[in-house]
Amino acid sequence: MDLSQFEKVAPYQWMLPATGEMRVPAVIIADEALMADMDEKVAQQIRNVTCLPGIVRAAYAMPDAHWGYGFPIGGVAAFDPDEGGVVSAGGVGFDISCGVRLMATDLTAAQVMGQQQELAHELSRTIPAGVGSRGRIHLDDEGMDAMLSGGAAWAVSEGYGDGEDLARIEEQGRMAGATPELVSAKAKRRQRDEMGTLGSGNHYLEVQEVAQIFDKEAAEAYGLSKGQAVVMIHCGSRGLGHQIGTEYLREMALAAPGHGITLPDRELACAPIASELGQRYLGVMRAGINCAFANRQILTHLARGVLEQFFPGVQAPLLYDVSHNTCKEEMHDIDGRERRLFVHRKGATRAFGPGMGHMPPPLSAVGQPVLIGGSMGTESWVLAGDERSEAAALSSACHGAGRAMSRHQAAKTWTGSGIQQDLAAKGIIIKSPSRRGIAEEAPGAYKDVTRVVQVAEKAGLARRVARLRPMICIKG
Amino acid sequence: MNGESGTEAWTHFPHLGDVGVRGYGRDLDEAFENAARAMSAVVAPLELIRVERVIPVTCRAADPSILLLDWLNAIIYTMATEGMLFHDFRVRIDGETLRGEMEGEKVDRERHEPSVELKGATLTELAVEQQPDGRWCAQCVVDV
Repeated sequence: MDLSQFEKVAPYQWMLPATGEMRVPAVIIADEALMADMDEKVAQQIRNVTCLPGIVRAAYAMPDAHWGYGFPIGGVAAFDPDEGGVVSAGGVGFDISCGVRLMATDLTAAQVMGQQQELAHELSRTIPAGVGSRGRIHLDDEGMDAMLSGGAAWAVSEGYGDGEDLARIEEQGRMAGATPELVSAKAKRRQRDEMGTLGSGNHYLEVQEVAQIFDKEAAEAYGLSKGQAVVMIHCGSRGLGHQIGTEYLREMALAAPGHGITLPDRELACAPIASELGQRYLGVMRAGINCAFANRQILTHLARGVLEQFFPGVQAPLLYDVSHNTCKEEMHDIDGRERRLFVHRKGATRAFGPGMGHMPPPLSAVGQPVLIGGSMGTESWVLAGDERSEAAALSSACHGAGRAMSRHQAAKTWTGSGIQQDLAAKGIIIKSPSRRGIAEEAPGAYKDVTRVVQVAEKAGLARRVARLRPMICIKG
Repeated sequence: MNGESGTEAWTHFPHLGDVGVRGYGRDLDEAFENAARAMSAVVAPLELIRVERVIPVTCRAADPSILLLDWLNAIIYTMATEGMLFHDFRVRIDGETLRGEMEGEKVDRERHEPSVELKGATLTELAVEQQPDGRWCAQCVVDV
């Protein structure tokens, strides 16, 4: 990326001043090295976002930002409904409420490694993953609507997981304001066989070891200690979310001129929050969030069942569940005034600092857990929302490493079996039905996540709490 | 890539997170068929997919690029809901109406080793254009 177009306004903040059609500045949070490696398209896309009506303060790109569609992946933007602000289906993306959750088990990594092969095998048999996999739960119309309204709370009421899990999920596991009755029949049909499935691509279930603690106080509050085994799940709202994204992207793109909106990129398809279309999208998008909550809750239940087979009496409480493809209604301090905003985070994680949001006391005291999923075979991270993140990026942080190489290039560079062997030599077992899928997700196809989280910490987005090393990775 | 007499029929173009699909053709119909082949090949090699079932589909849109979007999304929807992979496609466009056929079989995870599922065809890099050499090009980025 050409750095000369930016003003460096803080040690880790690079600003494109508002010029031309831009309504606010664009800010990229990164260091020189990440900036230099970043695709020029990130600057173009984040600049486009600043042109949307009702945008507040700035459009932000996180340290892991890369070329997305419409928004960059790692893009954050907030809109004020009272100033003509918009909600954008493109700004949420196809995988509505894709996110990460972490279960902090009472097992040690040594216990897992003692049965690593057997446990990996059983998890791969139990967790539906990859193209053509089907869930074991098939909902009728009534059940589908109950799930889309109730989210993880519905899943718990159906016997998947514990009531205690709900306090550890954003929105307490149930997104209010969902309108299942407005979700299309096609979206519901697409979800019919996909409840409790992992999906494919960069989605995974991993058993990991807490390899390093950086913040003892926060780690204690989160229930993490060195050498502990944890389980991380990364997936989203499956076919239902994909279909909602498909339908509303098209409808919003075609309706934009009628709303008086000139789109700098059609993929930024949006509608005024106050419009019928904007309100309808918000209702079905929230149903999509509930679908993702329910899906991750079912997968949690399946994973716990497998752990119980190997380690009777094992405890695997949920540490936290956080989404990174959403639009949420939040209050934010903008120039000293509390304002109700619709915050889009596309490949970005909410990162409330201590005392913000509705979190249980142990979490609230140290800040919201920010879960950074690694790429297959590489480390993941637990961070804690920094109080400075509100001013730095509307209480947001990065979500992962971010790709450095296209899937096509990765598949030409590596083989699936080669990657499996390399990782096995490092004590990591990968289970996937697709060797090409493994090659496309090769660790080398991603940026260095360590650098991304270091910059997130230095920029005041989120503090490092723990580094997690994979032991078993189940992929689609 | 499979193509008519030395010319490329379809290709993938790079997109960092996802993948771009592009089809060429002597007319719009052929370009749309080839864009669909390019998209299907993202999931599994076309030569591994047998033709055991033909599924018809109809799409309507005034804008040819939106028609391409609808065509590709109709394929993605059918793949997801019927558990299918497709080897080949037939397209006939008449004004604003596309009538297509998708030829393929149910996913066989061992034989096909499908690499990634398709979430949706996007408006990014979406274009339907006639090139200076007279051939048509139909393309977009697909979210995977």
